[in-house]
Amino acid sequence: MTLQPHRSKLTGWGRFPVVDGLVLKSENLPAAAERATLSRGLGRSYGDSSLPAGADLPVADATLADRLLGFDPASGMLRAEAGASLFELNRVFLRRGWFVPVSPGTQFVTLGGMTASDVHGKNHHVDGCFGEHVRGLKLRLADGRIVECSDTCEPELFRATIGGMGLTGHVLEVEFPMRPIPSPWIWGESRRIEDLDLMVAGLKEAAREWPMTVGWIDCLARGAKLGRGILMKGRWARPDEAPEKPPPRKRRFRVPIQFPGIALCKPNMKAFNLAYYWKHIQRVRRGILHPDAFFYPLDALDDWNLIYGRRGFTQYQCVLPHADGNGPARRFLERFVSAGGMGFLCVIKDFGAEGKGMLSFPRPGMSIAMDFPIHPTKTPTLVDRLNELVIAEGGRIYLTKDTFTRPEHFRAMEPRLEAFNAVRRRWDPEVRIRSAQSVRLLGDPA
Amino acid sequence: MKAVLFGASKGMGRALARLMAARGDRLFLIGRATDDLERSARDLEIRGAPAPVKTAYCDLLAPESFAPALDQAERELQGFDTVVVTAGLFATQEELENDPQLAARVLAADFTGTVLFCEEARKRLLAVGGGTLCVFSSVAGERGRKPVILYGAAKAGLSQYLEGLDHKFRARGLRTVCVKPGFVKTGMTAGLKPPPFAGQPEAVARRVLRAIDRGRPEVYTPAAWRGVMCIIRNLPRFIMRKIEF
Ligand SMILES: Cc1cc2nc3c(=O)[nH]c(=O)nc-3n(C[C@H](O)[C@H](O)[C@H](O)COP(=O)(O)OP(=O)(O)OC[C@H]3O[C@@H](n4cnc5c(N)ncnc54)[C@H](O)[C@@H]3O)c2cc1C
Ligand SMILES: NC(=O)c1ccc[n+]([C@@H]2O[C@H](COP(=O)([O-])OP(=O)(O)OC[C@H]3O[C@@H](n4cnc5c(N)ncnc54)[C@H](OP(=O)(O)O)[C@@H]3O)[C@@H](O)[C@H]2O)c1
Repeated sequence: MTLQPHRSKLTGWGRFPVVDGLVLKSENLPAAAERATLSRGLGRSYGDSSLPAGADLPVADATLADRLLGFDPASGMLRAEAGASLFELNRVFLRRGWFVPVSPGTQFVTLGGMTASDVHGKNHHVDGCFGEHVRGLKLRLADGRIVECSDTCEPELFRATIGGMGLTGHVLEVEFPMRPIPSPWIWGESRRIEDLDLMVAGLKEAAREWPMTVGWIDCLARGAKLGRGILMKGRWARPDEAPEKPPPRKRRFRVPIQFPGIALCKPNMKAFNLAYYWKHIQRVRRGILHPDAFFYPLDALDDWNLIYGRRGFTQYQCVLPHADGNGPARRFLERFVSAGGMGFLCVIKDFGAEGKGMLSFPRPGMSIAMDFPIHPTKTPTLVDRLNELVIAEGGRIYLTKDTFTRPEHFRAMEPRLEAFNAVRRRWDPEVRIRSAQSVRLLGDPA
Repeated sequence: MKAVLFGASKGMGRALARLMAARGDRLFLIGRATDDLERSARDLEIRGAPAPVKTAYCDLLAPESFAPALDQAERELQGFDTVVVTAGLFATQEELENDPQLAARVLAADFTGTVLFCEEARKRLLAVGGGTLCVFSSVAGERGRKPVILYGAAKAGLSQYLEGLDHKFRARGLRTVCVKPGFVKTGMTAGLKPPPFAGQPEAVARRVLRAIDRGRPEVYTPAAWRGVMCIIRNLPRFIMRKIEF
C-alpha cells in the first residue's frame, strides 16, 4: 500500500496550540519525509515547534522509524534511525553499561527531537549539549535529496541542523557514541537550600565536583525566601556502591482524565510547592538512586500534561548570562512574581560553554525554566514581560519550550538568526520545510 | 529457539522479533524488501539476537519465492523449529470496493499466499518431527462485518485453514498458533480511528510470545477482544445489519 496521510489532532506537550494536521506515519521515514514539510518525534516539545505551518501541510511522524543500525561495543558508537526513543535506548543499553552522553529530563524523546532541539541535561556544565556528541546525521532535504553531514562533510548544514528545530531538513539517522558507565545506578546527594543566593552559589560550587547538578526552586516563595529550593547532585555509582541487580523497571501511573481548570488554583500550587520543599525534611540526603528517579522523575506519571486542564500549559525557559553574580536570576524571579506569574515546577541550572549548533539554546549562564497553565490574556503578557527582561539581561529563550514569544523579541535575543537563515535559504530556497513556530517567529509563509 | 520470521520488518512482527532477539533466539528474516530487511537484521543483532541474522527474499504475492526462502533459512539456521508469519496486507472496505486490483492483491496475499506459504513451512516442520507455526490472522475473520467484508473474508479463510492444520497435525508435533489481533496501533492502522481496547504492538508481542512458548492454538490480542468477539459472534443477524461495527 502506498503511504496515505491521515488527519490527526496535533499538539506539543503543553497541549496548546492544537492543529488538525495531516500526518504521514510509517516505518519508512525517508518515504514519509519526502512528502512532508516537517518531521516530528514524540511531541515532548511544549509549544508549536513540532506543529505544521498549516492544516494541509503534511508532517512526518518519525516514531515508527526506530531501528538501531549499528553499534560498536569497543567504541560505543551507535547509529540509529531518528525515531528511536531514549526510553528504548535505556532499555537496551543501561543494563549493558552504556548511557547516552546527554539526556534531557524525560526519556520519551526521539533522537531526531534530541538533535533538533540540541537538548541539554544535568551534565551541561561538563559535557555540553547532545549535538556536541553527534558525529553524523543523515538528512532528507527539502528538494528530496538524501545527504550525510558532519563536522567535515557539509559542516554548515550540520551545525544549522543541530538545534535547528527541524527547519533544515528531516533527520533520518543519527550517529553518536554511547558512554560507558561504571554501573546503572546513581549516587546522589540532595540538599535543602534556603534562598536564591545560596542556590546559585551551591550550583556553582557543585559544578566543580559533580558531573550532574540541577536545582528546583519553590517559585511561589517571596521576600527572604525567594529562590529557596532543593539542590540535587549526582554521579554514576561505582560498582562497589551499587546494588548488584540492574534497576528494576519502574511502574508507571497514568493520569486518567483531563483535570478541571480549578485543580491549578493558587492554593493548590502553593501546597504542591510547599510539600515538595518540606518533603525534603532533612537538610541533606545521600545515597543510591534509581536512574529513572534521578533523570526522569516526571516520567513516573504518564500523560501528566492532562493535569493542566483544557487550556493547556506552557513552559518558559531562558538562560541569563552570569555577568554579575546572581543578580540576573534574582531579577528574573522578582519579575515573574510581580508580573503575576504562578508556577508549578521551576528548575534552575548553570550552563557550561556554548555548543556548535547555530541556534542552539545553551550558553554560559543560569538557565531557569518554569511551567505554568495558560490563561488566554495573562500568559502572553507575562511572556512579554519576561522576554523584555531576558533581552535586557542579554539572555535568550529555548525554542522547544516556546509558544508565545513575539518575533521582534526573538530577533532582539538572537543575533545568530541571520547566519542560520542564510544556511536555510541555501538548502531550502522555497522554504518548503517550516513549522507553526517558524511562521510565528521567523516570518515563514503560513 | 530457531525461528524464521516472515514480516518482521514492521509493526507487530518487528515488536515480536525484538522480544525474541532480547532473549537470544536465533532468527532468520524473510520479506519482500531485502535491503530494508538487512537494516532490521542489524537492529535485532544489537538487541541480542546471535549474529549474523540473515535474510532472504520472500513475497506473499510471489508463491514461487516461498520454497527457496525456507530452504535458505534451513541452511543458514541448520534447521528451524519455529515459523512466524506477520506479513499481511490491509486496506479499508471502501478502498477495496473501489479498486478491484487492490482487492485482488489483498485476497491473494492474506489468503492464497499465506496459506501456500504455510503449506511449505508445515511440510518442513513436520519433516523434522514438528515445531511451531504461528500465523497472524485477525478478529476480522470471525464474522461477516460491514467495515471488513473482503479483508475479513480472506482472514476467515486463513483462520479456518489454521484450525484444520491444528486438528490434523498437533499429534504429529506441529503446534499451530493462530493469532487474532483486534485493533493494534501499527503503521497498518495509522489512518484509522482507534476503538476502545486498541492495543500496542509491544504488549501484543509479549502475549503472542507466551502463546508460542505454550503452543496455544488460538490467541486473541489485546485480551479484551476475546470477550468482544464472543458477543459479536452471537449477535443475531438483524442486529448485525443495523450496526456499523
Ligand atoms: C518533562 C520534560 C522534561 C524535559 N527536559 C528537558 C531537558 O532537561 N533538557 C532539554 O534540552 N529539553 C528538555 N525537554 C524538552 C525535550 O527534550 C525536547 O523538546 C525534545 O526535542 C523533544 O523530543 P521529541 O522527540 O518529543 O520531539 P518533538 O517534540 O516531536 O519535536 C521537537 C522538535 O524537533 C523536531 N524534530 C523531531 N524529530 C525530527 C526529525 N526526525 N527530523 C527533523 N526534526 C525533527 C521537530 O520539528 C521540532 O522542531 C523536556 C520535555 C519534557 C516534556
Ligand atoms: N494492526 C492491526 O490492527 C491488525 C488487526 C488484525 C490483524 N492484523 C494482522 O496482523 C499482521 C501484522 O499486522 P501489522 O499491523 O503488524 O502490519 P504492518 O505493520 O503493516 O506490517 C505488515 C508486514 O507485512 C509485510 N508485507 C506486506 N505485504 C507483503 C507481501 N506482499 N510480501 C511480503 N511481506 C509483506 C510488510 O513488509 P514490508 O516491510 O515489505 O512492507 C510488513 O512487515 C497482519 O497479517 C495483519 O493483517 C493486524
